[in-house]
Amino acid sequence: MKSLEELRAIREKMQGKVGVRAENENQTRVVVGMATCGIASGARPVLTALSDAVQEQNLSEKISVTQTGCIGLCQYEPIVEVMEPGKEKVTYVKMTPEKALEVLRLHLLGGQVVTKYTLSAAKDNNA
Amino acid sequence: MPEISLNILDVAENSVRAEASLVEITVSVQPAEDTLTVVIRDDGCGMTKEQAARVQDPFFTTRTTRKVGLGVPFFKQAAESTGGTFRIDSEKGKGTTVKAVFGLSHIDRMPLGDISATVQTLIVFNEHIDFRYTYEYGTRSFVLDTREMREMLGQEISFSEPEVSAFIKEYLETNKAETDGGRDI
Repeated sequence: MKSLEELRAIREKMQGKVGVRAENENQTRVVVGMATCGIASGARPVLTALSDAVQEQNLSEKISVTQTGCIGLCQYEPIVEVMEPGKEKVTYVKMTPEKALEVLRLHLLGGQVVTKYTLSAAKDNNA
Repeated sequence: MPEISLNILDVAENSVRAEASLVEITVSVQPAEDTLTVVIRDDGCGMTKEQAARVQDPFFTTRTTRKVGLGVPFFKQAAESTGGTFRIDSEKGKGTTVKAVFGLSHIDRMPLGDISATVQTLIVFNEHIDFRYTYEYGTRSFVLDTREMREMLGQEISFSEPEVSAFIKEYLETNKAETDGGRDI
């Protein structure tokens, strides 16, 4: 059995390296819907993929990944909303971990909205 | 829901919304009794008897974004369709306990699924809440208690730090495999 002792070693190693990570106004918020509708359509791996990538690429100063409830668009879940300071919210629908990482690369890092995955694109296709 | 673990994630999110400070999750696999039992207990705001009865109705929800509330009904139906049982005990102001018993070998029982990822998600994304997770297989078991983790790790380091988050995942996966012998549940 693995023991929690390893956490002590992590603590020692990280001593002094950890700054206070308060949420700030300049941070981009990435929100994943995690209500019944989201979870049933596969939101858990999407949330994990985004959060892991942000941590691994040391982006947590700039981007915060959090979860939210149902926003009433259950048929479009898993939904990822991107809220950049001073910009209009972008809603990405029917996400997968792969698509979410594409959004991270192209939109959050590259500054280009990935139009093909947005809610408006999905609505146009249905029309 | 394709997995029992996703039902657990969904129902545990109700505990989060009920402003629980401690959520205890137990998954117990008992081959000798042919049962798989899930218990989710919280010390959140609780419900009245009437509310507790109504949440089992798919057409009841407190949400305003939609008119259905399927989390609890999904879980209930998943358990009962395997010859199992489901109950909610809740007391206003005290907390809520949800217990689902599945027939382990029943053909309609959905797989447990990635329970380690589910528990990791709950812990990392709800750092303000304490979790105590117990996994049992027969007489063997292991526990992950975030209060014990905090003691080792101190207050400053977040569970979402890559090293900590990876440790949580590894701890859950390794100890689960040692508890159930790596069986597909």
